[in-house]
Amino acid sequence: MAQMNMLQAINSALDISMSEHPLACIFGEDVGYFGGVFRATSGLQEKYGKHRVFNTPLTEQGILGFANGLAAAGAPAIAEIQFADYIFPAFDQIVNESAKFRYRSGNEFNVGKLTIRTPYGGGIAGGLYHSQSPEAYFAHTPGLKLVVPRNAYQAKGLLRACIKDDNPVIFFEPKRLYRASVGDVPEDDFIIPIGKAEVVSEGSDITLLAWGAQMEIIEKAAEMAKQDGISCEVIDLRSIQPWDVETVAKSVTKTGRLIISHEAPITCGFGAEIAATIQQECFLHLESPISRVCGLDTPYPLALEKEYIPDALKVLSAIKHSVHF
Amino acid sequence: MTNPQNVSLNASKELEFIDPSALDIPTVSLLDENGHLVKGAVEPNIDKETALRIYKTMRFIRALDERMQAAQRQGRVSFYMQCLGEEGAVTASAAALKDDDMIMAQYREQAALRYRGFSLEQFMNQMFSNEKDLGKGRQMPIHYGSKELHYMTISSPLGTQIPQATGYAYSQKIPHIDEDSGELSSEINNITICYFGEGAASEGDFHAGLNMAAVLKAPVIFFARNNGYAISTPADEQFAGDGIASRGVGYGIKTIRVDGADALAVYAATQKARQFSVETGEPVLIESIAYRLGAHSTSDDPTGYRSKEEENTNTKCPILRFKGYLLSKGWLDEAEDNADDETLREEILEAVKVAEKIAKPPIEELVTDVYDTPIPLLEKQLEELKAHVKAHPDAYPTTSGRIK
Repeated sequence: MAQMNMLQAINSALDISMSEHPLACIFGEDVGYFGGVFRATSGLQEKYGKHRVFNTPLTEQGILGFANGLAAAGAPAIAEIQFADYIFPAFDQIVNESAKFRYRSGNEFNVGKLTIRTPYGGGIAGGLYHSQSPEAYFAHTPGLKLVVPRNAYQAKGLLRACIKDDNPVIFFEPKRLYRASVGDVPEDDFIIPIGKAEVVSEGSDITLLAWGAQMEIIEKAAEMAKQDGISCEVIDLRSIQPWDVETVAKSVTKTGRLIISHEAPITCGFGAEIAATIQQECFLHLESPISRVCGLDTPYPLALEKEYIPDALKVLSAIKHSVHF
Repeated sequence: MTNPQNVSLNASKELEFIDPSALDIPTVSLLDENGHLVKGAVEPNIDKETALRIYKTMRFIRALDERMQAAQRQGRVSFYMQCLGEEGAVTASAAALKDDDMIMAQYREQAALRYRGFSLEQFMNQMFSNEKDLGKGRQMPIHYGSKELHYMTISSPLGTQIPQATGYAYSQKIPHIDEDSGELSSEINNITICYFGEGAASEGDFHAGLNMAAVLKAPVIFFARNNGYAISTPADEQFAGDGIASRGVGYGIKTIRVDGADALAVYAATQKARQFSVETGEPVLIESIAYRLGAHSTSDDPTGYRSKEEENTNTKCPILRFKGYLLSKGWLDEAEDNADDETLREEILEAVKVAEKIAKPPIEELVTDVYDTPIPLLEKQLEELKAHVKAHPDAYPTTSGRIK
């Protein structure tokens, strides 16, 4: 196994995908010769040619419209939106077109071969237009799959699964971890299935649930809680749609308590969906109200980022409150 | 000469604006109002069989449109859109393509689908959203689609097909391994045609799609149907400047404007556009100038915003003009042609009666095709719904009896 950071792991997954299918294309803003502003596509144009790895004009709606057409023709289309904050011009092409292609045509046509990669999230002093986590907007749209990796290993295995999946998938990459997350990643191909949460560490008093970059935070909070004698079960949701109700419900049935944490604003964030479902599934097992530690209902700030972020200390407070309810 | 700014390096001392009208784009017309070849016009390469297929398609669509417009007024279908006035532009452009070139239409191009062989029964099944509809009864009437006929299923949001057509066309030029020789081939076998109205050209997707096609070089024919109105909004409230063709020029796309009521001119222009795209892998824009003789849809009433004089049908009717051409060539027998009309009307009425009696899709179709296979959440929701419907059979008569 090799040591890779998350960008290298993503690059490796893309490389394998390009060699696997002769019509696969990678495209987006600056992804060609330059290799993307974060360098996730480095070296791929040299290897696969300008026809298959190329820059597009600066048009997110164009990138996704183009991607829908390419995928409808049966070519694996791997589109990069440079920052998730800039995905909104492509919103119509994603929620009205990608998501509904198969359904509206009665499966005469589909864009299952579409994968959208986009860096999301804060903690990088990026201010309000380089820090957003827009997953909830897409979670409300039937027909899309949404996946978020927490480290380099997960990024490679999950991205491979997204590209091979026969549905349009948005792969949200936690950009704060692009270079910070380094670990053992196989150089060969491997796949982590979509739709399955992972119990990262077992515990008995409370379940902590997050995804992507927020996993680091809840793992740290679990460590801090341990000092106080509280045993936390830590779960990485990994895939937001479809999401693994069974694994989460099983854990909450055992621990009787649940905290969900995400960076996006709390109101109508995906945490709300989880809380509602789990209270239905586990009502008689709950020892305290399900709580959420999330972003404020404000745009993502710059100078007061540290205060805004749902950090480990905030999660720890919520843990204590829940356990002593 | 190339340069970082990608502009012409033509130096000048003159402080002069370029007048948009200076482009002065002509409109190609080959047939006069009676269908006779305009003096000096070069007749395209068209055989009798193709010409008659174009003509019969136009006649069919005219009859279908009339009947279905009436059926909507009777409350038998919920919605309809006619092709009236644009049959020539749509049919002749489709006829100039190979039958396996991809068509990505807006919504008013049923004539192209018919030209490819979509049956009367298939039209009806879609409009009555019954269980035989290829689209499984999920979209409003006129949202046709057929993989077999290379006709992408219509999507209601306007203009979204434009960048998609660029992407689809791009796939048609990616160098591929030739199945016979095993060698890498850059030969382009098929192209994509993308239809849209002049109103859709105001959408961001129009800019995105044309710009990407021009820069990335995709073999797509953008076919702009400038028919004068976007619902009730006349073209001069939709855009300034010289039509849609002038935009093509701005994007660096080879462009031609044709008289859309002249099927022969449209055929010739599309033939030439296809040849150019196949040879170069690049896009072409065709602007068709044909008047929308009917309403935008059955939800619209054009008498509120345009005059009877404006709707002077005879001079704007593509079918009469093309008929004149066929008669002058000796390819059509007038008496037989008139007899066909009555048979057509009867066939369509009969098909309406059959289609409206066919059952709606089964309840399971609510959750299929959202994903390639229903995710657990959807399976659960379906089971709950089925139990509910079963418990209240009278409230859900079309599905309750079919639940196992």
